[in-house]
Amino acid sequence: MAARLRRVAAILLRLFYLLRGSSARVVPLFAWQAVDIVLWGFISRYLNSVSSARFNFIPALLGAIILWDFLVRALHGVIVAFMEDVWSRNFLNIFAAPLAISEYLTGLVLFSVATSVVVLAVMVVLATAAFGLHFFAIGVMLVPFLLLLFLFGVALGIFGAAIVLRWGPAAEWLIWPLPALLSPLACVFYPLSALPPWLQWVARLVPPTYVFEGMRSVVAGHGAPFTPLLICTALTALSLVVACRAFLRVYHHAVRSGLIARYSAETVS
Amino acid sequence: MPAPVLAVKGLGKRYGLTTALDGISFRVGCHEILGLLGPNGAGKTTTINMILGVLEPSFGSVTIDGMDISTHRCEALERTNFTAVYAPLPGNLTVWQNLRVFAMLYGVPSAKARIEALLGEYDLLPFRNTRCGVLSSGEQTRVSLAKAMLNRPRLLLLDEPTASLDPSSAREIRSRIREFAATSEAGVLWTSHNMYEVAEVCSRVLFLSHGKILLEGDPKTLPAEHGKESLEDLFVAVAREPLSLED
Repeated sequence: MAARLRRVAAILLRLFYLLRGSSARVVPLFAWQAVDIVLWGFISRYLNSVSSARFNFIPALLGAIILWDFLVRALHGVIVAFMEDVWSRNFLNIFAAPLAISEYLTGLVLFSVATSVVVLAVMVVLATAAFGLHFFAIGVMLVPFLLLLFLFGVALGIFGAAIVLRWGPAAEWLIWPLPALLSPLACVFYPLSALPPWLQWVARLVPPTYVFEGMRSVVAGHGAPFTPLLICTALTALSLVVACRAFLRVYHHAVRSGLIARYSAETVS
Repeated sequence: MPAPVLAVKGLGKRYGLTTALDGISFRVGCHEILGLLGPNGAGKTTTINMILGVLEPSFGSVTIDGMDISTHRCEALERTNFTAVYAPLPGNLTVWQNLRVFAMLYGVPSAKARIEALLGEYDLLPFRNTRCGVLSSGEQTRVSLAKAMLNRPRLLLLDEPTASLDPSSAREIRSRIREFAATSEAGVLWTSHNMYEVAEVCSRVLFLSHGKILLEGDPKTLPAEHGKESLEDLFVAVAREPLSLED
C-alpha cells in the first residue's frame, strides 16, 4: 500500500514541479474562469436592472457558471495532466516504470482535485467580492452538487485521455471543445423545459442537467428533489465506470499493438 | 547454474501476417553484458519493449529475476531500468526534478543521497537545476543513464546508450557500465551499432535478423568462426546475406 501511495505521489510531484516552474501553466488555471465570472456577473446585473420580475439573476446565472466552470476545471485537470506526458514524450519512461495504470489515473485525478478546489475558491471569492453572490446560500446541497459535477468532469477527462491515447496527440482537439458541446444539453443557464421535447430526453442522459435543475430549484426556494439527484448519481457512476473501462481497454490495445512504445516517435513525427 | 537475471523463452510478436519476432530464447546472467545486435528492423527494439512490458508478446515469456513480466509486472520492473535514445526524460523538468520523480516511482531508498551520488558520478552537478530540454544530447544521455542507475537495477537495458556521446564520454560510460556489471548483482542487455564498442564491452552477443537469432557467441572469436575479419564485417554479412549464415 505504501508503495502504491509513493508512486501516486510521484505522479503528483511531477505535476507540481511543472506548475511551480511555469507561470504559463498557473495563469490559465484561473484566467478563463475569472473572465467568465466577470462576464456573467455583468450580464446578471444587467438582466436584474431591465427585468421587471423579482427574480434575482445573480445566484441563478453566476451560481450556474461557477458550477459549470468547476466541472470544466475537473475535466481539464485530468486531461492536461495526461497531455503533459504526451507533450513531453514521456510515455515510454512512465509506462516502463513499476507503475500500475490505476496508480497513474489516481495521480491524474488527485491533481484535478487539487486544481479544481483552488479554482473554485478563487471563483467564489471573486463572485462574492465583485457581484455580491452568496454562493453558500445554496446550502448543504452544494456538497452533492459539487461532488457529482467533479466526478462527471473526471469521467470526461479520463474518456478524453482514452481518445488521445487511441488516436494520437492530434486528437486533443476533439477533447477541448467537449464542454462547449455538452453545455446546451446540460441546461446550465435555462430549465430543462426550455428544450424541445425530443432534446429533453437526450438532456436527461447528461448527469449535470439534474444538478443545474436542482440548483435552480434550491435558489427558487423549493429545495432539491431527491429522485433526480439519485438518477444523477447513478448516471455519474455509470459515466465513471464507462470512462475507466474505455481507458483500460485502449491502454491494453496500445500495449498489444505497440502503440505505447511507438507513441514517442509518432509524437515527434 | 545460478538463476539468470533475464530469461526470454520462445518470445515472439506478430502484427497480422507480419512476424516481427519469431520465438527467440536467450538468458542474461549475473555480471554478464549481453550485446543484442542486428540491422534496423531486426527486432532489437521490439525485444526490449517486450522485456519492459510496454509491448505484449504474441507468444513466449519474459522472466526478470524470477518474476514473469506478464503476471508480476510491477515487481519485475522494480528490478529493471533502461535508457534509450528515443525515450529522453521530460525536457520541462530539471535534472534534479526528473531524478526525484523517477526515484519515487522506482522506490529508491535514501533517494536524495542516491541522486547526489549519481549527479557526481555522471558529471551532472553543474546541471542539477537545469531543465533537461536545454541540455546537449550528450548531457541528456548522461541524465538518462543516471535515471537508469537510480534503483541499482538487477537488469539494465541499454538501447544505444552512447549514440550521442563524444568518444571520451562514451569510453567513460562504457567503463562505468562494465564496472556496474562486475561489482553489482546485475546483468546488462546492450544494443549498439558500434561494433568496436560491442567487442570491448560485451562478453557475449546475439545477432538478430528478421526476428530470429542468427548467431550467438563471444564477440572476440565469433567473426573468425564465420570467416570474417571483424565483428563489423560479420554485422554487414548478417545485414546483407543472412541466409548464408543460417545453419
